[in-house]
Amino acid sequence: MTGELSPQESVERALAAAKSVGCVVIAEETSEANLRWAGNTLTTNGVSRSRQLTVIAIDRRGDGTAAGVVSRAGIRPGQIEDVVREAEHAAAGSAPAEDAGELIGAGHPTPFGINDGEPGWDTQPGRTEIGVLGDFAAALGQTLRAAEAAGRKLYGFAEHQMESTFLGTSTGLRLRHDQPAGRVELNAKSADLARSAWTGVSTRDFTDVDIAGLDAGLAGRLHWAERSVSLAAGRYETLLPPTAVSDLLIYLYWSAGAKEAAEGRTVFSRPGGGTRIGERLSAQPVTLSSDPRAPGLGCAPFVISHASGPDSSVFDNGLPLSATDWIRDGSLAALGSSRHSAALAGLPVTPAIDNLTFAVRTSGSVPASGPASGSVLTPGPASGAAAPTLEQMIASTRRGLLLTCLWYIREVDPQTLLLTGLTRDGVYLVENGEVTGAVNNFRFNESPVAMLGRLLEVGVTVPTLPREWGDYFNRAAMPPVRVEGFNMSSVSPAS
Amino acid sequence: MDDHESKIDQEFAALPLRDLADAALAQAGRLGAQHADFRAERIRGQQIGLSDGNLQTLYDADDSGLAVRVVVDGTWGFASAVDLTADAAAQAARQAVEVARVAAALNTEPIELASEPAYGEVTWVSAYDVDPFTISAADKVALIAQWSRDLLADPAVSHVDASLRQVRECKFYSDGGTTAIQQRVRLHPQLTAVAVSGDGRFDTMRTLAPPAGRGYEFLTGTGWDFAAELAELPELLAAKLQAPSVEPGRYDLVIDPSNLWLTIHESIGHATELDRALGYEAAYAGTSFATPDQLGRLQYGSGGMHVTGDRTVEHGLATIGYDDEGVAGQSWDLIRDGVLAGYQLDRRMAKLEGFGRSNGCAFSDGPGHMPLQRMANVSLQPAAAGPSTADLIGGVTDGIYILGDKSWSIDMQRYNFQFTGQRFFRITNGRLDGQLRDVAYQATTTDFWGSMEAVGGPQTYLLGGAFNCGKGQPGQVAPVSHGCPAVLMRGVRILNTAAEGTS
Repeated sequence: MTGELSPQESVERALAAAKSVGCVVIAEETSEANLRWAGNTLTTNGVSRSRQLTVIAIDRRGDGTAAGVVSRAGIRPGQIEDVVREAEHAAAGSAPAEDAGELIGAGHPTPFGINDGEPGWDTQPGRTEIGVLGDFAAALGQTLRAAEAAGRKLYGFAEHQMESTFLGTSTGLRLRHDQPAGRVELNAKSADLARSAWTGVSTRDFTDVDIAGLDAGLAGRLHWAERSVSLAAGRYETLLPPTAVSDLLIYLYWSAGAKEAAEGRTVFSRPGGGTRIGERLSAQPVTLSSDPRAPGLGCAPFVISHASGPDSSVFDNGLPLSATDWIRDGSLAALGSSRHSAALAGLPVTPAIDNLTFAVRTSGSVPASGPASGSVLTPGPASGAAAPTLEQMIASTRRGLLLTCLWYIREVDPQTLLLTGLTRDGVYLVENGEVTGAVNNFRFNESPVAMLGRLLEVGVTVPTLPREWGDYFNRAAMPPVRVEGFNMSSVSPAS
Repeated sequence: MDDHESKIDQEFAALPLRDLADAALAQAGRLGAQHADFRAERIRGQQIGLSDGNLQTLYDADDSGLAVRVVVDGTWGFASAVDLTADAAAQAARQAVEVARVAAALNTEPIELASEPAYGEVTWVSAYDVDPFTISAADKVALIAQWSRDLLADPAVSHVDASLRQVRECKFYSDGGTTAIQQRVRLHPQLTAVAVSGDGRFDTMRTLAPPAGRGYEFLTGTGWDFAAELAELPELLAAKLQAPSVEPGRYDLVIDPSNLWLTIHESIGHATELDRALGYEAAYAGTSFATPDQLGRLQYGSGGMHVTGDRTVEHGLATIGYDDEGVAGQSWDLIRDGVLAGYQLDRRMAKLEGFGRSNGCAFSDGPGHMPLQRMANVSLQPAAAGPSTADLIGGVTDGIYILGDKSWSIDMQRYNFQFTGQRFFRITNGRLDGQLRDVAYQATTTDFWGSMEAVGGPQTYLLGGAFNCGKGQPGQVAPVSHGCPAVLMRGVRILNTAAEGTS
């Protein structure tokens, strides 16, 4: 009755119906299941599925090449040809596209395709359902009851998503990518709501989520906050945990596009013309990179572009993505680009990739792992030593602030990439290697670019959930960092 | 059928909407739901983006689907589907009931809804003349490209970014008693001129034109004078790039509605959402300092402060006939004589806290999401015979006149905020005295509104707003308008954003 077509059939039918000189078709199947709770009780929940077909028609004519993009959700089989005609109509009626180029073809010289171990083109699209959260929901129920009994209030959200993307072109390309994504965010408050703590984890399948363990960690942090300390605004030596580092560096990554840098209008523009590629941003040997095949952070290994922008191009659909260093050994190494914007900027083609890793190079490098035990007051790591855990960094702190996470981050000044935002759900005072109490929240005004120049210490990189940007970007691995003079601009009375 | 009704998207109206609703509601009832409601939606969107007059982005979206929401034994269940068939509607009802049964183990607060009259079969269409989806993309691109080229022709302008977003939203709702079919149209044109100086400095100046619940006529002379605004942009930008950097300190501010709407949105709009005040958004969007125990007592601002919530103002982005729970659009006080007087409600929150009837703030951004309490048009009312902007400026010895929104951020209880703007003019002895750069104002909500000495008259009033207010998990976006007059604030803290970024 529903007459549902598989996404693969939709791609083939749309390409077969195309009359334009070139055509790109993207079919996506998305499913999601979620639970949300507040004050120890469930608030909302749901399951949803959507199906999206995007047709990009290319019209080459005397005055240039135009692209028309039409994207529709929930179309029926009989409507596929309509979408193709609409896209062709849009292309014919549109002005030439500034990023016009050849489509990527099946004969593209670089071998690429499906991520290792991923299903092939012909198998059914991936799907999630409420059952994925079944065991988690049972454990959550126990945790909510335990928190209620202990006088804590829990708030939070759990979601699991699966997106299967099928990309086909009139040049013979057929690519498929399945993207699972999930997260749990947990916020614990004291019964009077005066103390608050937060944690979050990314997960691909919910088998690795220990909700009781997360709650126990927050109970410990609420205990830290039983002693409160008022501190004035000012610049403080500050320990940023991985989630806070991720939110600042994701914004930096989003701001590191080739086109506008070359136009002289971003923090990565060189005064007088060109970009700052090659310029040292940090004295620490840090690397900011993306890799579609990064373990645990896997993402699409080819460009999926529904609409062109300054550094993305619908003509690049299917372009293979490979590991890219944006900052290497402390120096700016690459800026995100499409083939078009890379040519404008005179730079190699390095399209954006949907994950981000920040790490310090250490000669005695250790794999990312859970926190080490012990909190001995130790000096910072000597050159060549393994990067420390956050616990080790706390233990080696004479006096400084320890943050939980950052929130409501917005750009204030693109010239320096000055960002503002708030600390949230726990700012702690560290004295002589121990947390001695909870401090009021602050509004910060800081630039992540300037911050790279004031890194005193970079810890061991671990997977993290970006609290601020997790809705849009949730595959990140980041270290805790120690920053000199983090600018706490004013006190926030919020708790 | 009147002329109004004939505007409704014929493809949407021709769907068997009532059959789908019947299938879903009957199935939910058979499976034991105490409440069930059904929505079907079609949302068309088009985004146009130009870089230096060249077409960069042309994207057409056309999303449709259905949603079923149920209450089973006091627990919510929600499910959506993309196929607009009776089978899919019944299947979504089954899924919604299943979700409610899985979720019941976690629920300790039985869901009850405030009652609302049944309105029968109703139709509502927003106020616009020309549906932007009837204009060819080529014509729209040509108009914006010409505006871009006109700006680029000025030597002060190095680059021009231009965009036009348009939405036509069709909603069908039925709970058995009320069956509503509604359509609204909105658009948001923006042009930003960029100046790059030889020494590596750059700055931007954006149009102040707000997003509006209007049709294509908004771009051709109705409701905004784009020609006049664009004509003055290059000179304003050139002067801004050359302007002195502000000296931080406390200043008297005259704030234009093109800037103040966003401060209202963040510090009043979100703070008077009852679900936030009760802690339902505590882990994400945050809570509110304006808790219900302070209703009728909290001194929010100075005595001249009168703030209303409404879903009725003409051309408002949050304006609609009936909300996503079948509640008719209303207008009410949020702050009266400077004191907290009300909240924004949905049917569940209204019942839970004893407010009686919902004031109609339930909204879902599409069939895939469950409705939440979302923001009404929250507006600061002008003083009936209040002063002009020039009068307000005339009352300032040493201050700053701020126009246009730019950067914004506020804390999770809506106390501490920081805003920048597009244009800052120094006020010296009651007169404008050239532009300033690097200005941000930072304050605590009640201090800020308490410092409001004068509220401008109706002649200074403007309806601003945004397409993209975010809330909830999974995240939802909602369009909302905020009207306000120009105001005079005394002694607000001004930061220098360049100094803030220098260690």
